[in-house]
Amino acid sequence: MEAFTTHTGRVVPLRRSNVDTDQIIPAHWLKKVTRDGFEDGLFEAWRRQDDFVLNQEAYKGGTVLVAGEDFGTGSSREHAVWALQNYGFKVVVSPRFADIFRGNSLKNGLLTVVQPQEAVEALWRLAESDPSAEVTVDLVERKIVAPGLESPFELDENARWRLLEGLDDISLTLKNEAAIADFESKRQAFKPLTQQV
Amino acid sequence: MPRTMFEKIWDAHVVRDEPGEVPMLYIDRHLTHEATSPQAFAGLRARKLPVHRPDSVVAVIDHNVPTVPGRRLIDVVDDQSVMCIETMEENARDFGVKLLDMNDADQGIVHVVGPELGLSLPGMTVVCGDSHTSTHGALGIFAVGIGTSEVEHVLATQCLLQQKPRTMNIVVDGVLAPGVTAKDIALAVIRKLGTDVGTHHVIEFSGSAVRSLTIEGRMTLCNMAIEAGARAGMVAPDDVTIEYVRGRRFAPSGELFELAAAQWKQLASDPGARFDAEHHLDVGELVPQVTWGTNPGMVADVTGTVPDPAAESDPATRAGLEQALEYMGLEPGQRIQDVGVDTVFIGSCTNSRLEDLRIAAGFAAGKRVAEGVRAIVVPGSMNVRRQAEEEGLADIFREAGFEWREAGCSMCIAMNGDRLAPGERCASTSNRNFEGRQGRGGRTHLVSPGTAAATAVAGRFADVRDL
Repeated sequence: MEAFTTHTGRVVPLRRSNVDTDQIIPAHWLKKVTRDGFEDGLFEAWRRQDDFVLNQEAYKGGTVLVAGEDFGTGSSREHAVWALQNYGFKVVVSPRFADIFRGNSLKNGLLTVVQPQEAVEALWRLAESDPSAEVTVDLVERKIVAPGLESPFELDENARWRLLEGLDDISLTLKNEAAIADFESKRQAFKPLTQQV
Repeated sequence: MPRTMFEKIWDAHVVRDEPGEVPMLYIDRHLTHEATSPQAFAGLRARKLPVHRPDSVVAVIDHNVPTVPGRRLIDVVDDQSVMCIETMEENARDFGVKLLDMNDADQGIVHVVGPELGLSLPGMTVVCGDSHTSTHGALGIFAVGIGTSEVEHVLATQCLLQQKPRTMNIVVDGVLAPGVTAKDIALAVIRKLGTDVGTHHVIEFSGSAVRSLTIEGRMTLCNMAIEAGARAGMVAPDDVTIEYVRGRRFAPSGELFELAAAQWKQLASDPGARFDAEHHLDVGELVPQVTWGTNPGMVADVTGTVPDPAAESDPATRAGLEQALEYMGLEPGQRIQDVGVDTVFIGSCTNSRLEDLRIAAGFAAGKRVAEGVRAIVVPGSMNVRRQAEEEGLADIFREAGFEWREAGCSMCIAMNGDRLAPGERCASTSNRNFEGRQGRGGRTHLVSPGTAAATAVAGRFADVRDL
């Protein structure tokens, strides 16, 4: 995973709540067997509308998506995260994220920043009044800085450390192989196996 | 100190939990399917890692399969779906994982097959790269949906790095009226408490109404816990659970089963156990529920009307309601029972088990699907399909004009050829009514199997209590 320390970019204001994973990446894109090439599927249905924010020239190249509450609800498909990243987003800001989506984002180095509704509204107003305005998302200091706004955010220390260092969960876990083997040696006999090993 | 059921299962599976680290949880059963696992197996190949415990993994092909009778690979909807299926077959073969492929006698939707075969057992930790893994919680299991990176992680290590969720008890009491089902309870819970009430929580469903449900009903309830934002849903094992599990193919047998059953009965939350949150619901007066909008919390009584956004004071909420009504092609104040449908879908991991099909068949028997309505019944597994045929349910459906299909996810996810056309309206027993979920521009209304069958016959939303 690529490390994340700080990012400065332009805001894409998505004035919608309950943005579910079916909107982020429709199910027919789940047929791809790679982790890339999902950018054209991002918000595919909404992009058919000329006035949708991603179709507006002013927001092309924006890297910080700011959305309403309950972003990423629904499916556990990690393809939603890949689609956002493939398109170029580095950060998603929302008052509340679905648990699975937030976990998937962390695993891929996409920073999900929880902000109060007032801060989200302020970022929307900023981007709509000046689409060229930049926002800095600082994971080291745990704050968002933009013209007229400085807002802290929380992220648990372990998650922050893994993002800052770009750490790989599998490698971290395999350092504990002895503990896993010890646990398995005490596993109850009635837990089923599906094939003889 | 008294513990909740979730805490007992969690504590029994912690491999490592050190300050400043994310707890490492051991996973007993890993179910995979073809839509979210290819990249995970590719990751193992890139790392030159084996699957840590192949005997714990079962792969199922369900999302991309066609459901047309007598299906073959040539019936698969497109080349990408074929690639998805063939990649799963190759991965199972290369990594020594048991596969229920398209032609397997046990094939079906992963969350139907798991409990049906005894792959999921009380007290276990179960994961799958699918959010509706919560379904298995009906047996007293901590079952969670995970993303592809976590699929790879569990394949490689048999462990999941997981912050311990909070606990929530939703107590459901009251005696359900005839024709009102677990699906109606689930929709009522989400309607009352919201699609985000369960965020960061594991929900335990308890109370007299939950106890009175069959295991199939409990599965429906736990399946929909994810639509309330929860990490998982659970119901404590009881005698009903024990008898459901007894004799299942991968369940223990003989003396080992009795030993297991005695332990399973100890899983129930202790008297005095503290939950982080608690909610109460009485369903004695509950009527059949129908969603009208574009998330599972936008629900009305079948006897009710479409709400008016103008009555909502919060501008953001009002805008959301207006967007939903526009997408759904509905008017404020419109009677639910005046809304006609084009399609009826009975299936999905929410409502495609034998009990669901029996309920639906009860409302289809001796009747005909309304003219202009396409109605399809997709059993959750090939075992369910065979049982339904033996019981004569398939004949009832066929004679009434329903299409009788083979097992798969079908129209719940619309990536396999079964989909709505733009503007088509569907009464569906599935779990999500998001925009485009059943096909671009499709309009989905979530209902119970009984309501779905009655609606197919009436051609518009029908109240099963009138039949």
